[in-house]
Amino acid sequence: MIAEEPATTGADLLVKALIDEEVEVVFGYPGGAVLPIYDSLFKQNRLRHILVRHEQAAVHAAEGYARSTGKVGVVLVTSGPGATNAVTGLTDALMDSIPVVCLTGQVPTHLIGNDAFQEADTTGITRPCTKHNYLVKAVGDLARIVHEAFYVARSGRPGPVVIDLPKDVLMNKHEYVAPSKPVQHKSYRPQLKPAPEKVEQAIELIAAAKRPVFYTGGGVVNSGPRAAKLLTQFVHMTGYPITNTLMGLGAFPASDKQFLGMLGMHGTYEANLAMYNCDVMINIGARFDDRITGKLAEFSPRSKKIHVDIDPSSINKNVHVDLPLVGDAAHVLEDFVRLWKSHQPRVDHKALKAWWDEIDKWRARNCLAYKADNETIKPQFALERLYKQIKDRDCYITTEVGQHQMWAAQFLKFEEPNRWMTSGGLGTMGYGFPAAMGVQIAHPDSLVIDVAGEASIMMNIQELSTVAQYRLPVKIFILNNQYMGMVRQWQELLHGGRYSESYMESLPDFVKLAEAFGAVGLRCHEPAKLDDTIKQMIEIRQPVIVDVLVDKAENCFPMIPAGAAHYDMLLGPDDRAQKPVSEEGMVLV
Amino acid sequence: MNAAPLNPGQLAPHQAASSHTISVLVDNEPGILARVVGLFSGRGYNIESLTVAQTDPRENLSRITIVTTGTPMIIEQIKAQLDRLVPVHRVRDLTVEGPHIERELALVKVKGTGDKRVEALRLADVFRAKVIDAKTDSFVFEVTGNSDKVQTFIGLMEELGLVDVGRTGIVALSRGGEAL
Repeated sequence: MIAEEPATTGADLLVKALIDEEVEVVFGYPGGAVLPIYDSLFKQNRLRHILVRHEQAAVHAAEGYARSTGKVGVVLVTSGPGATNAVTGLTDALMDSIPVVCLTGQVPTHLIGNDAFQEADTTGITRPCTKHNYLVKAVGDLARIVHEAFYVARSGRPGPVVIDLPKDVLMNKHEYVAPSKPVQHKSYRPQLKPAPEKVEQAIELIAAAKRPVFYTGGGVVNSGPRAAKLLTQFVHMTGYPITNTLMGLGAFPASDKQFLGMLGMHGTYEANLAMYNCDVMINIGARFDDRITGKLAEFSPRSKKIHVDIDPSSINKNVHVDLPLVGDAAHVLEDFVRLWKSHQPRVDHKALKAWWDEIDKWRARNCLAYKADNETIKPQFALERLYKQIKDRDCYITTEVGQHQMWAAQFLKFEEPNRWMTSGGLGTMGYGFPAAMGVQIAHPDSLVIDVAGEASIMMNIQELSTVAQYRLPVKIFILNNQYMGMVRQWQELLHGGRYSESYMESLPDFVKLAEAFGAVGLRCHEPAKLDDTIKQMIEIRQPVIVDVLVDKAENCFPMIPAGAAHYDMLLGPDDRAQKPVSEEGMVLV
Repeated sequence: MNAAPLNPGQLAPHQAASSHTISVLVDNEPGILARVVGLFSGRGYNIESLTVAQTDPRENLSRITIVTTGTPMIIEQIKAQLDRLVPVHRVRDLTVEGPHIERELALVKVKGTGDKRVEALRLADVFRAKVIDAKTDSFVFEVTGNSDKVQTFIGLMEELGLVDVGRTGIVALSRGGEAL
């Protein structure tokens, strides 16, 4: 060390380390164990703290912030209940590979294990729901651990990292340690580039395809905007069709004619049939999730599969692949583009034309069609009208979880990555609203809309108080069918229409609720007035709840019932009578 | 990728499960064992035997030796999942990566007098088990070897007054001069 810096408290060291990690915003909620940190925050003005109303919302807000910016989201909560409330958010971030650093307070080291007030075994509880976690036992380790935590959270396959901070560690004094660059971790070294011969093999396989399909996911988004640009470039060079997972939407422009829409359980007919019938599948940054594959034994049975993933444990987990490439999407795509240019491979244009003709036939089924109605608002109609007014704006969309989420994925089109925030892996109701707050903090002048259901929105409704406090003009667009729609849909299809506990009794008056929190409430139940309502919502520079009363019985189609294969899609309400769901499928979720 | 593709696009349910000995080099830090064990229970993998101790005090490393059972696809998953843990340095499947040796140590307490006591002592000699505690009516033997040998010895002692057994579980190293 060149010059001895004066010793500072652990809490001050922490704040300094956060600033050195280029953190600008912390989402948190104070409590006894983290009071020293809140005192340090009070004495500075580099870090902005956003006070949420529940710790789960702090994590989701950090996720929205991270997903929309590519930066690490930061959370600060107290010990015990503060930490346990954050667990759902951490699990959500783990499942969707979102970089988050969560600082949790802890009782002083000498009290750990004594069942002290607001003590919880935070590292024990969060071990399975984080990428990694730390308990800082000495103030001398604090700065190093913070820097390492940020490195682990953002590198490789990103994910949440918890740092548990006993109160005495926060109050003890020590010198600061600046981050070392480049970071060299002694055991954690994610592989960014696959072996060159594998890339060559992949290019050969891609060039020889007669019925190819690109299947890309959240990994492309996580790799950064450059990966999405390279993906678009490469897909254009090949002329091949492409489908995106729920998490991958926006990585390829949805308006492009090579785009087949989302795939999977509620994906398009053309995307799923292209997956089933392809001869070469090029998976980039997706993980063969059960919502994508449907019945595993009949998943794309005749294809050679290439799988690009930064996480070796994703490879051959659910589906055997023929050519795995472990590496970062941007690195691999860069190689693909370069090799495709230099090799100038001869693609079988005749076969490709025949393949596109077949795809166009599937497209002609127009699988997202629905029966419009003059009297009641169809949820699909509501989203179509919403899309019409937002598509030329600087807009970010988040969703809750359920039917509205799937409709949003089908009907809102994304032309670039980081514009679409949704809970894919964990399926967390209550994600969308706090995530929208995080997005709005990062993009104060953009239009941020949470497409919600009336059931999901109730799960983090307390955050209306947060948006009021920070004057965040988040829009909550509720498709209100007075049911937990997706639960009701499954009960209709699988449980004989016995709607057990899926009816939302005694809903609040959302207009009055908005007003009670100082927000604006709007309601619409007539299709003819919807455009005006949406216009009003966009123009008001305040938080707005729009309560759109939609058809209560509408179901989300297309649908691959659980346990069924890709060719076994239900395309609409008239389709399901002929295709009863198997007993095997009923066991699946 | 050198292996021939299994049934493309499918799990390979027809592939038989087999036992594998996996050696894992980890940072000797609090919670590392919980991470490894939690991974196995959380993902539904088997643990047949697990041993752990610090093996490199200078680098502060521990070696965990795990015996587990699964199809080749599951074993690949186990290795990849272990390798993904931040404090894990190296993961090796000793069963598939060349020849290796396995040893286990057991302490075996046998109570009895007369012929049975003599027979126990005689068999202990055959198995090169050491007597490490003796009373007029009991012995404690220390036996080392692969699991089969240890199991056989314990089986024989059952007829001769077996009272208690403690086993370490398997430790293993690859043959030859290469480190993990």
